[in-house]
Amino acid sequence: MEIFGIPSQALFGQLLIGLINGSFYALLSLGLAVIFGLLNIINFTHGAQYMLGAFVAYLGLTKFGINYWLALLLTPLLVGATGVLIERTMLKQLYKLDHLYGLLLTFGLALIIQGLFRNEFGSSGMPYPVPEVFQGGFNLGFMFLPKYRAWVIVASLVVCLATWYVIERTKLGAYLRAATENPALVQAFGINVPRMITLTYGFGVALAALAGVMAAPIYQVNPTMGADLIIVVFAVVVIGGMGSIMGAIVTGFGLGLIEGLTKVFYPEASATVIFVIMAIVLLLKPAGLFGTQK
Amino acid sequence: MTTPAIASASTASNKSLWVAFAIMVAVFAIAPIWVYPVFLMKVMCFALFACAFNLLLGFGGLLSFGHAMFLGLAGYTSAHAAKVWGWNPELAVVFGTLSAAVLAYVAGSLAIRRQGIYFAMITLALAQMVFFFSLQAPFTGGEDGIQAVPRGQLFGFIDLASNTNMYIFVLAIFLAGFLFIWRVVHSPFGQILKAIREHQDRATSLGYDTDRFKLLAFVISGALAGTAGAVKALVFQLASLTDVHWSMSGEVVLMTLVGGMGTLFGPVAGAAVIVSMQNYLAELGAWVTIVQGVIFVICVLAFRRGIVGEIANWLKKPL
Repeated sequence: MEIFGIPSQALFGQLLIGLINGSFYALLSLGLAVIFGLLNIINFTHGAQYMLGAFVAYLGLTKFGINYWLALLLTPLLVGATGVLIERTMLKQLYKLDHLYGLLLTFGLALIIQGLFRNEFGSSGMPYPVPEVFQGGFNLGFMFLPKYRAWVIVASLVVCLATWYVIERTKLGAYLRAATENPALVQAFGINVPRMITLTYGFGVALAALAGVMAAPIYQVNPTMGADLIIVVFAVVVIGGMGSIMGAIVTGFGLGLIEGLTKVFYPEASATVIFVIMAIVLLLKPAGLFGTQK
Repeated sequence: MTTPAIASASTASNKSLWVAFAIMVAVFAIAPIWVYPVFLMKVMCFALFACAFNLLLGFGGLLSFGHAMFLGLAGYTSAHAAKVWGWNPELAVVFGTLSAAVLAYVAGSLAIRRQGIYFAMITLALAQMVFFFSLQAPFTGGEDGIQAVPRGQLFGFIDLASNTNMYIFVLAIFLAGFLFIWRVVHSPFGQILKAIREHQDRATSLGYDTDRFKLLAFVISGALAGTAGAVKALVFQLASLTDVHWSMSGEVVLMTLVGGMGTLFGPVAGAAVIVSMQNYLAELGAWVTIVQGVIFVICVLAFRRGIVGEIANWLKKPL
């Protein structure tokens, strides 16, 4: 069977890869958007923290025999805790300064973390086995869907939507949104805004680590796995605009799909298509698809 | 500047700048006696690159996280002109500069549509696009880069294969670029740029078309970064992917931060420090990255004025 002269197996295969990539774009840009909303900082360490997530899962499995499910729970907590530490000791000092300093600090931290892991583990990738439950796949007739990939897409969607629900529909989220608008006023109402900021950063980092654990069985665990990815995620964030949580989710998945399609129809452009889309969006709607220009 | 007090202060401050400039020229003129000239040429290329970057960040308040695209692209175009078309080195450098200026015009037009943190992310993303372009385009040589670029005959009769001649050529271009940036910073254009950095809305309300000023600053900065890249390609006879990579964009930010952003001489000092560090730590591999990261963190947390900024603050004179 062929669609537009492309074998359907190849087309759906690439679309699936696109959806998988999109899951990670969505998770990572969601974390960036949550952090940016409250801290006004672009977390350049996000890619390194995603890599940390994958490594903690890998080391947990090989050194302590911690299985995938436990890693899925423990890793975000552990890496999120390091995020809390970073916020308390360093980022906290920068809130009064130009926001660019936050970008520079987190860039430096990313260099340190990635450098340390490259020193220790070299730059070759290490395999992480697919958990037993997810071995094999479904034959959908028109394509073969590995179980683990289906799980990643579903899990990522669930996490994204849950985050959206908490922020947009619960009381906690209302506090968070209020503090984004006017932290001084929210503090005057007796809410501990500094602690909220710390926990928000920790949560954003935990999301990155969670994405890292989920990515470990798909991509190889590698010290530089987050470095190039984070630049693409920045472009995704510019395209979506950071004003809306749902915007980050939709743009993440959407761009993953578009990238997958490009691999089928014009593979040479697949590495740059997201950047080209960014340029076009900037020309037509500078604030981003879901953003509002201040 | 009508009151005499300010006028005299301004001449006094100019004096400190001229003294610093004389010291800098003397250092670069004498240093080759003790220090390997190719290393010094590398320092000067990066110094010009960092000065160009600082024009944008230090005086325009615009953090570009993609300046490697100008350095790298100009390296490729000038290397191509010198090697494949057999152009004279001065023409190759001009061609590299112009190609960087064109790229800066395109990238700048897109990036200035957003401000602050978005500006940094957009320039980074555009630079990544240029990186992938350089990886795939037929004329860049992919992973190998353009190798064995001839230094050629300057103006057709000065042989640049000699390191002495090459050194004088690089020094002349570096000083010319430096003086040009100095002039730009102190021109009415530079003053307006600073006004936009301090308060963009106010500058707009005074009737300045801030986007045009920012774009012009971006083009000047990109073009000079291109000059640095073109000269660097001739010095090392190589144009490669390293110069287009995002880590290079990070390095120029680091040089400016270490030296002192918003100072004239800071980027030169910063470039000297970082290039020396890379030279001496080269055998330590990934440790160079870690040390750079640590310096970033220290500079941001505790040393925001940078080396020259601290000295200027101590002397109470602009540098």
